[in-house]
Amino acid sequence: MQVYADNAATTKMSKKSFETTVSYMENEYGNPSSLYTIGQKAQEALVSARESIAGNLGCEPREITFTSGGSEADNQAIVSAAEIGIKKGKKHIISTEFEHHAVLHTLDKLKKRGFEITLLPVHSDGLVRVGELSKAIRPDTVLVTIMFANNEIGTLQPIAEIGKLCKEKGVIFHTDAVQAVGHVKVNVKELNIDMLSMSAHKFHGPKGAGLLYARKGILLSSIIEGGAQERGKRAGTENVPAIVGMAAAFTESCENMDANYQYVKGLRDILIDELSKIPHSKINGSVEKRLPGNVNICFEGIEGESLLLLLDDKGVSASSGSACTSGSLDPSHVLLALGLPHEIAHGSLRLSLSEYNTEEEVKHIIKVVPEVVEYLRSMSPVWKDLKEGRKEYVI
Amino acid sequence: MLYSDKVMDHFRNPRNMGTIDDADGIGEVGNAKCGDIMKMYLKIDRGIITDVKFNTFGCGSAIATSSMATEMIKGKSVKEALMLSNKAVVEALDGLPAQKIHCSVLAEEAVKAAIDNYYEKNPESFREDLFRLEDDEDSCSSGCGGCSGCGGF
Repeated sequence: MQVYADNAATTKMSKKSFETTVSYMENEYGNPSSLYTIGQKAQEALVSARESIAGNLGCEPREITFTSGGSEADNQAIVSAAEIGIKKGKKHIISTEFEHHAVLHTLDKLKKRGFEITLLPVHSDGLVRVGELSKAIRPDTVLVTIMFANNEIGTLQPIAEIGKLCKEKGVIFHTDAVQAVGHVKVNVKELNIDMLSMSAHKFHGPKGAGLLYARKGILLSSIIEGGAQERGKRAGTENVPAIVGMAAAFTESCENMDANYQYVKGLRDILIDELSKIPHSKINGSVEKRLPGNVNICFEGIEGESLLLLLDDKGVSASSGSACTSGSLDPSHVLLALGLPHEIAHGSLRLSLSEYNTEEEVKHIIKVVPEVVEYLRSMSPVWKDLKEGRKEYVI
Repeated sequence: MLYSDKVMDHFRNPRNMGTIDDADGIGEVGNAKCGDIMKMYLKIDRGIITDVKFNTFGCGSAIATSSMATEMIKGKSVKEALMLSNKAVVEALDGLPAQKIHCSVLAEEAVKAAIDNYYEKNPESFREDLFRLEDDEDSCSSGCGGCSGCGGF
């Protein structure tokens, strides 16, 4: 049995999104900037994609700038806020320790340009404390950028409270909502979000399309120079097939959100209940304030990459925060931010479900994960030391 | 694919996995913080490694390099085992991705640590092996006049 359980990495395109995307590659392939009919048809498709997405996000179509995906949107949001800050003499930005690298690396670059960055702790439950954010905001704070839902542990941040606080304090609030949109309700106006990044391929749309929402009044700086596409804020011929595919997938996700949420959460809860029975395992991050499809669990005494390879042999595609999957010797910064020791963080497993997963698939995961964990523990000198009492169990 | 077929074969079917209760030498290298620990157990009889087992906590290549290293030293003399290089392990596995080379270094170090432990416990054997090494030197046909392998003792 093949089980795709890495939907936080990317998703399978929905049939509707796929067919829409392909039709704009095959038939309506004109350049939206062209004057002739086939170009204008592409232009109309862009307009209606923008309108439909804006409707689902609760914003105006003109507040949306299409990008190549979430990373570009994060970069542009932060760089734009920094430019605003420079003009106002405000060079302080607040974020969190466990943001996506698209945010953290952009902030690192700004540090070299004289910005001061405060990274809030996320505690053992993977949640930001609004009180700590409030204390961290200074008169020279220009931007707060806090992700909607974490990509590794799926914890949902108190976005409504953060939005309200930032509005009161007059600070721009950006959220990387790549993991959240299409899965949980996101209305930018209700939540007082000033800027939001999203990416199509996390909700069954195509790769290579995303967008940056920026509230009217927030001036965006373009990070790609060239033509006047996207009102001069993002040069380059629009990726029309992927954008219309994104709109189709987003509409579908929003229409079916309640049903999908309940169904996926049901599957996830079975996984959490059953996998937690493995001795010396621990679910990472709050279970209550969490995306419906995310399971992130550590197993003491084993290492994540070998776990993934053996699960792959048994048909399960999953992910890990182990160092060996990241190309460095340090495990995931997200798991370390929760306060997990390195050796525990190395043994993490992320399973992320979607509405395309079935109960049979979940049963298969429940069967094979304990087998693989037990096998790897049987060859682990760390486990032997723990079992024979030469080391203390951490979890 | 990240790994060669040989790496995957040794990862999926590790050779000599396990422990030896009455081992003559045990070596442990690496640390859990970095995500790799290898423990090597040797049974040595008159300078020959008659049995070897390993336990590894680590990624796919850590397990594969441990397995390959045990296979390469089993039945060999201690002297030959001391000459095992991480490069030879990498070659025997048809290569490793650049960021995984440190696993092969750990495998080499684990073998050496186990032999070190054997000599610590059996200083007499060290002398015996030394003489045997000198005997071997006579039959060395390379004419190098003291390479690091022979001349090191």
